[in-house]
Amino acid sequence: MADVLTTPAPAAVAVAGRSDRWRRMWRRFYRKPMSLTGLILVVLFLLLALLGPALFGDPTAVHFDDVLGAPSGAHLLGTDDLGRDQLARIASGARVSLEAGVLSTALAMVVGIPIGLVAGFYRRYLDSVVMRAVDVVLSFPFLVFAVGLAAILGPSLRNVVFALGVSQIPAIVRITRGEVLSVREQDFVAGAIADGANDATILFRYVLPNAANALIVQATVAIPAAIIGEATLSFLGLGVQPPTPSWGVMLTTAQQFLSQAPWLAVWPGVMIAVTTLGFNLLGDGLRDVIDPRSAR
Amino acid sequence: MGWYLLRRLGAAVIVVLIASVVVFLGVRALPGDPAVVLAGENPTPQVIASIREQYGLDKPLPVQYFDYLKHLVTGDLGQSTQDKLPVSQILANRIPVTLELAVLAMLVAIVVGVLFGTIAAARRGKFSDYTATGFGLLGLSVPHFWLGLLAILLFAVKLRWLPASGYVPFSENPAQNLERMILPAVVLGTGFAAVLMRQTRSAMLGALSADYVRTARSKGLSGPRVVGVHALRNSLTTVVTVLGLQLGGLISGAVVTEQIFVIPGFGKLTVDAVLTRNYPVIEAVVLVTVVGYIVVNLLVDVAYAALNPRIRLAGATNG
Amino acid sequence: MTQQRSAAGRRAGTPLLSVEDLHVSFGTEDGLVQAVKGVSLTLAPGEILALCGESGSGKSVTAMSVPRLLPPTARVSGAVRLDGRDLVQLNASELRALRGSDVSVVFQEPMTSLNPSFTVGFQITEVLHRHEKLSRRAARARAVELLELVGIPDPAGRLKEYPHQLSGGMRQRVMIAIAVACEPRILIADEPTTALDVTIQAGVLDVFRSLRDRLGTAIVLITHDLGVVADIADRVAVMYAGRIVEQAEVTELFARPLHPYTRGLLGALPSAARLDGTQRRRLREIPGMVPAPYSDPDECPFAPRCPIAADDCTASRPSLDRQGDGDGHLAACFHPGLSTVEAVDA
Repeated sequence: MADVLTTPAPAAVAVAGRSDRWRRMWRRFYRKPMSLTGLILVVLFLLLALLGPALFGDPTAVHFDDVLGAPSGAHLLGTDDLGRDQLARIASGARVSLEAGVLSTALAMVVGIPIGLVAGFYRRYLDSVVMRAVDVVLSFPFLVFAVGLAAILGPSLRNVVFALGVSQIPAIVRITRGEVLSVREQDFVAGAIADGANDATILFRYVLPNAANALIVQATVAIPAAIIGEATLSFLGLGVQPPTPSWGVMLTTAQQFLSQAPWLAVWPGVMIAVTTLGFNLLGDGLRDVIDPRSAR
Repeated sequence: MGWYLLRRLGAAVIVVLIASVVVFLGVRALPGDPAVVLAGENPTPQVIASIREQYGLDKPLPVQYFDYLKHLVTGDLGQSTQDKLPVSQILANRIPVTLELAVLAMLVAIVVGVLFGTIAAARRGKFSDYTATGFGLLGLSVPHFWLGLLAILLFAVKLRWLPASGYVPFSENPAQNLERMILPAVVLGTGFAAVLMRQTRSAMLGALSADYVRTARSKGLSGPRVVGVHALRNSLTTVVTVLGLQLGGLISGAVVTEQIFVIPGFGKLTVDAVLTRNYPVIEAVVLVTVVGYIVVNLLVDVAYAALNPRIRLAGATNG
Repeated sequence: MTQQRSAAGRRAGTPLLSVEDLHVSFGTEDGLVQAVKGVSLTLAPGEILALCGESGSGKSVTAMSVPRLLPPTARVSGAVRLDGRDLVQLNASELRALRGSDVSVVFQEPMTSLNPSFTVGFQITEVLHRHEKLSRRAARARAVELLELVGIPDPAGRLKEYPHQLSGGMRQRVMIAIAVACEPRILIADEPTTALDVTIQAGVLDVFRSLRDRLGTAIVLITHDLGVVADIADRVAVMYAGRIVEQAEVTELFARPLHPYTRGLLGALPSAARLDGTQRRRLREIPGMVPAPYSDPDECPFAPRCPIAADDCTASRPSLDRQGDGDGHLAACFHPGLSTVEAVDA
């Protein structure tokens, strides 16, 4: 509706303090119990991954006198087929998950952000080529890619991280490019371009800070995806190799003893689900705060 | 529409060709001489030389590539190193199994995802919305191989309602086939149902706040008609797009699901081939995945065009 | 011509629609927003009533309260009587039966108000199927008639087209065709010409005029455009901050605006040129802001922006009273008709 009345100038709104903005964002985040739950779950996961291995003992200590033990006072979550303490393995598995999640996401960002910046900024020359390639990779079955990689390089955590990282690159490219395009449209950037600011200045002073929000949200998508990816590959025997504990490896064992020791199948799965859920809730919450329009 | 399809088809052929080059070079780049691998245990130099000649490995790479293409076109994908069967025959046995699983899972995902996504959007902020959204989040968070284990634990080990694993071809016994496929299909479909539900809900919320929905209400149409015809029709393009983006995930998911339920499909073939370093099969599997993926994406594009009059009609006039 | 219009509006006898003390509020995150605060109106059969005011004055909400096309958070009280039946009391299915048949709406945005996925023919016949039990063929024939009525060339050919194949003016005509398909008693047109260019505007207004003349449809026209008001309206109600502040026959209002807000909108005393509809004028901008819709202090809501505000203006709120000997000229002001110069002198 065409406003008859002069609304307050946009500049006045933009000037409203930065700290004020942060406080408002935090309040919007805090008010939603779901977002807060997500934050708590993620923090708990981080604590477990960082401190757990030191607290819960050796995950590879074998006790043949106590195999496939049900949960008990000595072993709160029971023991596996080699008598290894499940709790210690869960804690160490958290660290493996964290490594897989963080390292692969970092890899994707390091590669994807520059590509996205360049594609968005030099639209005329590179954009369509890059985006076409991104489209192809984006929906290519990552597992088949990871499987091929495992075939060539052999299964290991490092190769899992590599495969997961590569599969996340397209999403990062796409988001970065989108931000570049939308930031470029804005008056202050158009002004800077008109004033002859060089490309690097525009990219690093204007575009990247604006893209940061979206990329942080994307990290809350990429990390749990990588955690599930690592677990899946390890479950198939194509990722982390025994005896290193990984939630996926633990479930492989659980599958073999499903009828004798069903409890083995419970906790690794619960951990994956809860960790992923935590990141998803956190991501949804952050998205609401950063871009209220997407609050659906 | 004809032009649009033709252009799409051309692009698809180019991508397949590129993929074949990548697969070809990828296999050649593998550590170790394929001739040595093919020759088996303790080969003599003569055997290796004869294999090299037999497989044309002594020719220059471009020539080898065109030979490889020629074999591909005639359907000759080489021989499995495990059971010495032609790879094309193995694929012909395995692919239909996975297709059945994928189609069933897709049906589960579409029915559950679109239905509950629509309901959640239409009843935004109400109990049913929170329930659907909650289950959606849960479905996204639970890895389906774990869901599969739990399903086996519950339905096969504890309740003994369904067999835990195994496969009976549909042509042999349809009832037993479905009995064994239902659990894997539901397990595989759940995650996609969750994604589809979230996207449908979001697209429907957008559509429901659109001006044309307000117009539909102003006509006095019933709620179901406004939601199910006017809003849903415009959300379907999103649904189709999401389905297209999820195809890769569906193939990945099939790999895992087949592993859990011991279904002799394409996914299990893939994992087994990697674990036994069966290179001819790996090569074929990757290529088939690429082609399959491109064909389905082509279908998605066609569906997309069919759903959107703007694309459909623009194609007719100016290509 | 102007005289004729006014006469038609005035002599129609009992009102078709009467709105009595209508209140509409919305629950939002920041509290209750009172969009409409006690509006009373009448509409005679065949009358064209213009609702004017700034964005947020409550004019759209007032009009949309009739078919209750409001967001789900809206709370409505008061009475909206159509033929004596109180629409506020209707349940959802009774409201649906009303929408599109007795009361229909033409929206502001012709570009987005049609569903992009369905043909023009589908969207017109849909409303016919909903309210009138027509066969497919009869509905199609009626759709062709309707497109002809709103002045679309080659109507039969247009039925198969999609909205994106039509220009903005054509789409708005299709919208009008949908709205009048079931010969409504009341047509609500929300800024129907704002998005269109001037020559197309004139055509759309002609369509409204002929509808009124041929079908006796009463029209509520929500608009910013004083040119449109002068061109087509019989009576004008000016709204400010959820209330009507002035209401009069169109000639009377342009000749003798009493409320300082109306005078502000008109810019100055109207000249004959502005009344003939050829010269289009937007409402003039008035300095200051509409009061926040959360609070409703007991003072003249316009006082903070009013050039002639006096002490009594902030002491209590003026009611909408009959002014002078004008025929139904109402204004909510303690100092109606006072000019800035006079106020300074006093």
